[in-house]
Amino acid sequence: MILNPGILALFITSLLISLMTIYAACHGIQILRRWDIASGSELQLILERRTYLISTIVTYFLAFQLVSLFLFIQTADSICHLFVGAMCAVGTLTVNSFGYPTLLLKVLTFIIAGLWLILNYADNRGYDYPLIRAKYLLLLILAPFVLAETVVQCFYFFGLTPDIITSCCGTLYSQSARGIASEILALPVIPAKILFSVSMLATCAAGMRLFLNGKGVYRLAALSGITFVVSIISMISFISLYIYEMPSHHCPFCIVQKEYGYVGYPLYLLLLSGTVLGLGVGLLQPFRNKKSLEHIIPAIQQKCAGAAVVAFVLFTSIVSWQILVSSLKML
Amino acid sequence: MANVIEHHRHIIDFTLSSLLRRKGKNGALLLVYAVIVFILASVLFFSHALRREANLALSESPEIIVQRTMAGRYQTVPIFWSDRIRTINGVISVRPRLWGYQYDSVFQANYTLTVPAEHPPEPGSIDIGSGISRMRGAYPGDIISFAGHDGLPRSFTIRNVIDHESELLTSDLILLSDKDYRDFSGIPADQATDLTLRVRNPREYSTIAEKITRMFPEARPILRTEILRTYDALFGWRSGLIIVIFSAAIFAFAVFAWDKATGLSAEERREIGILKAVGWETSDILLMKFWEGIVLSLTAFLVGTILAYAHVFYTSVALFAPVLKGWSTLYPVFRLTPFIDLGQVATLFFLTVVPYTVTTIIPSWRAATIDPDAVMR
Repeated sequence: MILNPGILALFITSLLISLMTIYAACHGIQILRRWDIASGSELQLILERRTYLISTIVTYFLAFQLVSLFLFIQTADSICHLFVGAMCAVGTLTVNSFGYPTLLLKVLTFIIAGLWLILNYADNRGYDYPLIRAKYLLLLILAPFVLAETVVQCFYFFGLTPDIITSCCGTLYSQSARGIASEILALPVIPAKILFSVSMLATCAAGMRLFLNGKGVYRLAALSGITFVVSIISMISFISLYIYEMPSHHCPFCIVQKEYGYVGYPLYLLLLSGTVLGLGVGLLQPFRNKKSLEHIIPAIQQKCAGAAVVAFVLFTSIVSWQILVSSLKML
Repeated sequence: MANVIEHHRHIIDFTLSSLLRRKGKNGALLLVYAVIVFILASVLFFSHALRREANLALSESPEIIVQRTMAGRYQTVPIFWSDRIRTINGVISVRPRLWGYQYDSVFQANYTLTVPAEHPPEPGSIDIGSGISRMRGAYPGDIISFAGHDGLPRSFTIRNVIDHESELLTSDLILLSDKDYRDFSGIPADQATDLTLRVRNPREYSTIAEKITRMFPEARPILRTEILRTYDALFGWRSGLIIVIFSAAIFAFAVFAWDKATGLSAEERREIGILKAVGWETSDILLMKFWEGIVLSLTAFLVGTILAYAHVFYTSVALFAPVLKGWSTLYPVFRLTPFIDLGQVATLFFLTVVPYTVTTIIPSWRAATIDPDAVMR
């Protein structure tokens, strides 16, 4: 393990987040088992109070998770010099097989936590806690992912050993360059561009339709999920190339660096929020018939759809702007 | 939207006035919090700035250095090696270097002696670093003497004092001619301290290093990238170590914050009770507690960070430089180039604000769910 401040910070934070999640999940189980809105017992009163605690915990969790996602990339990038052949975060993440799983779990837990907050928001609007069971089931689904992330991240950090000079010998004859993964994974540019444009257009159209007519909920949710994956693929395939102005640099992480005007932060923030909002719309749909939420859910869905469209449009505009001003020209 | 902003504004207003009403308690918390941020930020900024300085300094150094070892110990290198190494494809140039250290027992200082590649001083004259000039009170034109390897003194005329620009590297430096250095240090004419290689293509570094060790098994080639990597690991490790030691203090702070947050005074409990009685909801109180945390954390974070910035970049880390810099190296006064990146700020945030927030969530919730009648009865 490397005693790097960034690594220590991530380590401590995921431990704290895991503790919080376990605590929340334990209370969640109790709520699932004992919840009875009709009862006036003391236990029910305590449980009702506890829901406040749990939503506070998950809200903080989401905020921390978002920052830790970026700190993880930043730290991976800043320690890449310690490994032979690693040029940026891509190289550091491939040092052992736990790097990418950690990143994936971080993204996944962020999305689930975001969905949870949307559910929580809708639940708080209804007077009789209509979504309480769904909410706490989702929390129980989230908890194992959070714990898995902490464990995998632990393995990843403990498995990092820097290639430094030892007193007995000089040069290390280590394996050749790392970080070719994204070059192999990258889709050819033209299909990727078509895929990206089509999925973005379709998602925005579906979002507008829902916003205006209140129709096509599941379509928007499905398209948001697809657009998220397609956007990440496009980021590797062609967006990054325009930002770096290099036809061979496919890294999806370097765009958060200062050299590229930190453009990665708004891009990933917009993409993540658009995805969470789009998926959230679909998540709310099954509860549309709950009596206390009859009028509330359609309104929330409309709001979410509008916000998702704004996020995706902004994302596409930044990407288009980067492509327009880039001195790299490709077909 | 405007309503939401108004709502938050009123709650912030109330939170601020309620914080100000309890100056003593909150002031103490703020002070401890800011000190914690200050110390951590100093460590982070300083080690980062040192790493950057090292990178800048090393970016001009040769791509490969070749040393010789015998029985695992460092030896001088025969000069004929350079001709053989020059025949390896990809090597642009090879230069034997002469340099070493000299301990001056009178002034209890360690000098670095080097024969420069370009414009070496004439035999009999030397250039000295500003640190030596200051200590010995010697200026251009003066004659200065040092004891050589055989204990006999040798006198030199000072040609130049090296300017202050790169004081970190040149403060203790003496530049002299090839002939003087061999006479001074006793290195034979066919030996050199080490060899420096220029190689253009970074992909060939390790192949060339491998060829050198095959040619001369006792050679120890060192790549510049390895030196950079080692410095990085070293500074990162040192600051990490300090943070680990310091984590006891962070833990103590978390306990302190927990205690402050749980130990609500009767007055505070009454305040919350009254708020709820006049119609505040639990979520409003939680919001108030959230803003309270934001106000405290942000103030402590900003104050601590700004103080640490001044501490590192204006006073050169008066408090704990010896631990981070190492003990055998530097005497010069130097200023680091101010530099902060987002990663450092995020790291700092995770090491201070997150533990604070986590420890106060449950106490805030407890406070927010107090029954008004239970308090006011």
